[in-house]
Amino acid sequence: MSDVIAIRDPWGKATTGKLAMWLFIIMDGLSFGGLLIGGAALRLSMSSWPEPGTILDINLTAFNTFLLICTSFTMVMALNAIQKGDQKGLKTYLAMTMAGGIAFLGIQIYEYSHFIIGNETLTQHLAEAGFVGATNFVPSTGTYAAVFYATTAFHGLHVLSGVIYIGCILFAANKYNYTSENSDKVEILGLFWHFIDLIWIFVFTVIYLI
Amino acid sequence: MSEHHEQSFWSKYIFSLDHKVIGKQFLWLGLFFVLFGGFQALLIRWQLAYPEQPVPWWLLGDILFSGTGGIIDPDKYNALFTMHGTIMIFWAITPLLIGAFGNFVIPLQIGAPDMAFPKLNMISFWTMVLASLVLLASYLLPDGTAAGGWTSYPPLSSPVGGIAGEGQTLWTIALTLAGTSSMMGAINYIITVVRLRAPGMTYFRMPLTVWGLWLTSILNAIFVPVIAAGLILLLMDRTIGTQFFISGGLATVDGGDPLLYQHVFWIFGHPEVYILILPAWGIVSDLLSVFSRKPAFGYKVTAIAMTTVASLSMLVWGHHMYTTGMSPLLGKSFMFLTLLISIPSAMFFFNWLGTLWKGSIKFDTPMLFAMSVMWVFGIGGLTGLYNATITADIYLHDTMFVVGHFHYTMAASVLFGSFAAIYFWFPKMFERKMNPFLGKLHFWVSFIPLNYVFFNMMVLGYGGHHRRIYDPSNYDFIKPMMWLNEYITWFAIALGLAQLIFVYNFIHSMIKGEKAEANPWGAATLEWILEAPIPHGNFETVPTIYNGPHEYSNPKVKDRDWISQSEPISS
Repeated sequence: MSDVIAIRDPWGKATTGKLAMWLFIIMDGLSFGGLLIGGAALRLSMSSWPEPGTILDINLTAFNTFLLICTSFTMVMALNAIQKGDQKGLKTYLAMTMAGGIAFLGIQIYEYSHFIIGNETLTQHLAEAGFVGATNFVPSTGTYAAVFYATTAFHGLHVLSGVIYIGCILFAANKYNYTSENSDKVEILGLFWHFIDLIWIFVFTVIYLI
Repeated sequence: MSEHHEQSFWSKYIFSLDHKVIGKQFLWLGLFFVLFGGFQALLIRWQLAYPEQPVPWWLLGDILFSGTGGIIDPDKYNALFTMHGTIMIFWAITPLLIGAFGNFVIPLQIGAPDMAFPKLNMISFWTMVLASLVLLASYLLPDGTAAGGWTSYPPLSSPVGGIAGEGQTLWTIALTLAGTSSMMGAINYIITVVRLRAPGMTYFRMPLTVWGLWLTSILNAIFVPVIAAGLILLLMDRTIGTQFFISGGLATVDGGDPLLYQHVFWIFGHPEVYILILPAWGIVSDLLSVFSRKPAFGYKVTAIAMTTVASLSMLVWGHHMYTTGMSPLLGKSFMFLTLLISIPSAMFFFNWLGTLWKGSIKFDTPMLFAMSVMWVFGIGGLTGLYNATITADIYLHDTMFVVGHFHYTMAASVLFGSFAAIYFWFPKMFERKMNPFLGKLHFWVSFIPLNYVFFNMMVLGYGGHHRRIYDPSNYDFIKPMMWLNEYITWFAIALGLAQLIFVYNFIHSMIKGEKAEANPWGAATLEWILEAPIPHGNFETVPTIYNGPHEYSNPKVKDRDWISQSEPISS
């Protein structure tokens, strides 16, 4: 009875902060799951759903997707740089990632504003997709629009928080807080950013492509 | 390890990073809302017993309902039961058991210096405060608070065709914030238990209290994000004109579905009842052992049974929706899975009886409350079978039977579990004892009226009395039962008054109570080896764990009937 039993920790190597980020990612994934499955349930109950590409601009968003995947690459390079002790590389790649995130948001805002203001081409496309008489594409236009805005805006807010998060880490990096041995916070930031990227692949597929 | 440095008032008591202080902050928040929500219950009861008669002055009728001469009008009545449910579930029970005792007890019982993320812990509390302010702000709106029931089903909560006013919008925001607070707490608790256990504290040496709180946190982590998504959609419906949950004549576009909300709500909502009760089960399992001076019977089985219930709770949400016209096949599956929960529940229930069996039971106040949880949870659990069975539920759905049932399980079990916890850990929290006589008095004058109130609600429900009706005397078939409504109301008032004894005892003991020694109950878990005041950082040296959490009356220990988890038993 009275012996000390060694605690087995299946995640022995991961730091506490990294475990917490993984847990948060699972939880956040469940929120996205709720939105995507809810949207799918509404879609299945409807008799018609606009064909992919009639309203949403697939090419523009495909470019945006490409941009986001590139920022995942620069994020990996940032971690790689600091693990080699390269402060300048860390800051450069973090700044590039942040710029990529801001550009992604910019394109998303352009896309939204284009839908909200509306024009003749959009009116025509809306009519083709079954929204006859609608002059712009806003959340109240229909369930299709509502699902689109809820899911992409929820993701956009994640990109925004990611950009702010990168800003905080960049600020700390400026004070030489990170070294090759102490790069955990950069890695945790990377986890969050890659998750945002990964979940966008799902959002892009479900909302834009199918 | 322990940090001894001078702190200002603000960093010590307000924006504290110490889990013990944050636990107390949650305790105060929870106690405030439990009284607030309980007072609303009395107003609801007044209307049900004496429909459209002025609320007496001692229930503040003249002040609260001055516009209508002290009479509760239908809109106010809707708002009352909505806010009573919302506040009791999310603002009273959640902060009391999970916020207060989760914070105070988990690090102490597993031998940790603090939570894994103290700053996140502080932010979690202040997010909850923000949520409370948003919720309370809705009382200042001209149209009053949310009034669509605590479940806020559309179209009752819809902007078009729903109940007027922006109270519902604030309700949605407040609930999202409270959920955010819960999620932060969940991450913290889970990682703390996974990572910060002292050497030797294996999972199967953790006190069952920690098991309960840990399982609760896991359920919170899985399901609060889902309801958060649903609440965002409801908020969009209310603010920017989407129609996710609006259909039929109210809708201007196709495709909305109010049933989708019900699914999302109950996918979270059913685990939520286990989120609330799992900590109470854990606490009761531990306390029965402490006060029977006997190891908990079937400790491992209890832990595994609680885990099984937590797992099954993820698959049974549909039993709240039998009357929504779901496919009979789906209904039967939900019924089967729901009834399956009674097996693990019965397992740990019989373990509780096994713990008491031939124990030398000490009837201290925490023990009285712990044993009463067995009684109220037993009745609540058994009446759950009626609700889980489709044939019975189609008749009982939306009646006072359901109200009685969930008050037995969620309100009575969890509230008495909280009282047991408060009486038990008060000496550790405030370094003083609560008055045992007033404690026992509080127990008896709470326990007896409580049973009269909730049992007779079930009787009324069996007679067909619907829940959420404004004036029961309008229905011919309820008229002969109106005396029962009056009877319940007076017992509810007695129950409310009984809590004044608790409030007095709590505050008086905190200031003037008898000084408590380090281990007044002779309990074996780690928090009791600490001398008061416990410093920020808890343990001077990290304790090493040699025993399980319930080493009572071990024949190898000669001079006393307990041995701490951190003391080796010499053979």
